[in-house]
Amino acid sequence: MTEALRQTAADPILAGAARPLTGNEAIARGVWEAGAKVAAAYPGTPSTEILENIATYPASDIHAQWSTNEKTAMDVAIGASFAGVRAFTAMKHVGLNVAADALMSFSYIGVNGGLVIAICDDPGIHSSQNEQDSRIYARFAQVPVLEPSDGQEALELTRLAFDISERFDTPVFVRSTTRLSHTRSTVVMGSREEPAERHFNENPKKNVMIPAHARMQHGVVLERERRLKDWLNDTPLNRVEPGDTRVGIITSGIPYTYVKEVMPDATVLKLGVTWPLPDRLLHDFAASVDRVIVVEELEPLIEDALKAMGIPCEGKAFFPRAGEFSPEVVHDGLARAGLMTPRVNAAPFEFAPMIRPPVLCAGCPHAACYMALRALDARVAGDIGCYTLAVVEPLKSIDTCVSMGSSIANAVGMAKAGTETKPIVATIGDSTFLHSGIPPLIDAVYNGADITVFLLDNHITAMTGGQDHPGTGKTLRGDPAPRIDFMELVKSLGVKWVQKVDSYDTASMQRTLREAMAHKGVSVVISDRPCVLDPVRIKGPAMEVEQESCIACQACMNLGCPAITWSEGWHEGRHKVRIDPEACIGCSLCAQLCTTHSIRPIQ
Amino acid sequence: MGDKSNRTMNVLIVGVGGQGVIMVSKVLAQLCQADGHDVKQSEVHGMAKRGGGVFSHVRFGPKVWSPTIPEGEVDILVALEWAEGLRWLKHLKPDTGTFIADCQKIVPPFACRNRKRGAEPAYAPQTPEEIIEQVHAGYVMDATGMAANLGNARASNTVLLGALSTVLDFPEEAWVEIIAATVPAKSVEANRAAFAEGRAWAMGGEKRIDVTASGLHKAHSEMHHPQVDTILEITEEWCKGCDICVKMCPERCLRLNDLLKAELALPDLCTGCQLCAWLCPDQAIRVTNIPVTEAAE
Repeated sequence: MTEALRQTAADPILAGAARPLTGNEAIARGVWEAGAKVAAAYPGTPSTEILENIATYPASDIHAQWSTNEKTAMDVAIGASFAGVRAFTAMKHVGLNVAADALMSFSYIGVNGGLVIAICDDPGIHSSQNEQDSRIYARFAQVPVLEPSDGQEALELTRLAFDISERFDTPVFVRSTTRLSHTRSTVVMGSREEPAERHFNENPKKNVMIPAHARMQHGVVLERERRLKDWLNDTPLNRVEPGDTRVGIITSGIPYTYVKEVMPDATVLKLGVTWPLPDRLLHDFAASVDRVIVVEELEPLIEDALKAMGIPCEGKAFFPRAGEFSPEVVHDGLARAGLMTPRVNAAPFEFAPMIRPPVLCAGCPHAACYMALRALDARVAGDIGCYTLAVVEPLKSIDTCVSMGSSIANAVGMAKAGTETKPIVATIGDSTFLHSGIPPLIDAVYNGADITVFLLDNHITAMTGGQDHPGTGKTLRGDPAPRIDFMELVKSLGVKWVQKVDSYDTASMQRTLREAMAHKGVSVVISDRPCVLDPVRIKGPAMEVEQESCIACQACMNLGCPAITWSEGWHEGRHKVRIDPEACIGCSLCAQLCTTHSIRPIQ
Repeated sequence: MGDKSNRTMNVLIVGVGGQGVIMVSKVLAQLCQADGHDVKQSEVHGMAKRGGGVFSHVRFGPKVWSPTIPEGEVDILVALEWAEGLRWLKHLKPDTGTFIADCQKIVPPFACRNRKRGAEPAYAPQTPEEIIEQVHAGYVMDATGMAANLGNARASNTVLLGALSTVLDFPEEAWVEIIAATVPAKSVEANRAAFAEGRAWAMGGEKRIDVTASGLHKAHSEMHHPQVDTILEITEEWCKGCDICVKMCPERCLRLNDLLKAELALPDLCTGCQLCAWLCPDQAIRVTNIPVTEAAE
């Protein structure tokens, strides 16, 4: 997070001022302005910056924390709501899967202090493992979902979500997408309100979900949904923008801006709340236009509901269910519907662009780990983190990647299947291990699985940009905290074979992994080197390649290090290599691989 | 260009992670906002730090709807890296768009994967001359070189801001003021100089190519690399089945057979790189590359 961000939003005197804020910054501002007292989250792109920004507001106003996973964060927020304060949690779409258990029950319970959940979906899968549509969770859990279209709405709808939460006794979703979360637009800021103080509400029938209470509460939830629908028929959150009545477009969120961009004259029903849906408003709108088109990203939630209400409409017949929308996609869809002329491709540049896939950083401690696993020909169950990049050449060693914390239990299953001839290894990062890797490791020990768990400890949550966790010894606000000792933790779970290795020592890395794989039962290897980017950027003396002795074997390039490329020199028809001294951090891994000892620190 | 017109102006800024794409777009967005425009600036994070491509859309005008610029609607494309600029060229308005690019190449390791003899990096082959011919207006400059001459190659993004400033109607002082407020205090002077350098360079006309730029994109090496036939021989008696060659072969064309001896299983994939021969602790592998002569053909 940059200093500039700190200056823009987190200043109480800015009320009335306009600043360019990202959707995430605006949501954070909305949480603070609503007078929320507790906020918790686990990092996840594109939601991460929300909590980081909340932490820039005074600690006396709001407690902000990283939790070990999304369910824990949700439960922390629920606890704060029980205690009578406004509470908040943010997560990415797949994080909601983790938190869903708590959500489904808490929907029955309802709130004491208002509880708002920001869900950031990732249409187009910029940095995720799927592109599920979280609005369906809103319908499933029977909670309202608000969908802002720009930064100003992100702030205002987040504030309003707390009022709706308390008024209707329900948790409330604010749904963002990558595009909104990471778009900066002008936002006029308000000031913080201090909600009336509440205390714990001693009401077991509402707060304790035993079957007898839950049966009663289910009826309450259904009644709540009916009351919400009534209210939503008349709230300005859902608004009709009159225009050409030959077509009426129903849309929400970011797709609304695309509709306004490509078809400014259409009659538009902009839904600020996409669940529950306002039946009377929808019937009236459909009656006022000749043809109804639904423009919604991902799933046909609104379209299916309209059809169930008996309102003729079209949507996914013209628009894709997969991928992110854009003005082009919306234009193409409206053209397919016969409402616009198709786009003409006037681009004269017909060359295929160069491929530039993301890579592990120069000096990344993960590189040697995966190079060793490839060399040892292991069957590798991967997990979520930067290290998933080791699925492609030249490291090419990850065989599976499912979801946060899946690796260890996936490895247990592979071992128990009895079909695998290669040694089975689960690789998992420190933050992911704390998120959801501990129960499966217990499972592996308990069931005597013959697997090796390779815990890649780089001392940070790296993938999302360097967030602290219980293994770093620091909290979200940077205060010191007890630091998890992974060795002791793993031993306490009953693992008999555990060793630490230095990620920058290829020989001992391979030797240790070989020993671990030979051990019958659960073995754990912990690689131990900090991420080169966070919390501090590591830069040691750079290495260089002696051009005279380099024989262009390119063994060093098997690391996939972005600092190593071809030089102008040749040897037997192949390029020699060079090292970019600006990018090289001096980890020395390439020097360890060099067959002619041509790689040395710059003198 | 008419900034105060009723239409939305679209500026697309592209580059590689760590080059300062976001800084350029933030400066522009703040400038537009200070001038009373509605502004949207959209970027995608996530993989940016890992050396992948980065892009940022800046749109400004009386009212901006979509955060992203539709294809073919970009008024100004600012590229901090040559191949990234080419990637987005088709988004430029064909008749009126302006292309501003640093000619410096950042070659990804992915472009250096081919071990075949005579292989060149798989980097965009297009030269500044052929590209600038095809755009309405364009500047290809050695921004990195200019910034390096001023003492800090990292200020290349500010050199490009200087060039961008000549295409948009904001006063010079306003640019300088916002850049000074955005960069760290200790580098304000360096960035001021970088901005002035880029601005002065771009003042000279609507289509320009830096002399250094042409030099950096000289045609690929003409070196002659004769085709070879590769013969890979493994002395079974010396092979002890350590499988180092099998594990380190970049093309994965070796394997251990049932007798735990190395063998060339997929000869078509072998590029004759000799890595296995060099790594074999028992000198059991010999790779011979025989030039294919006219006679042999």
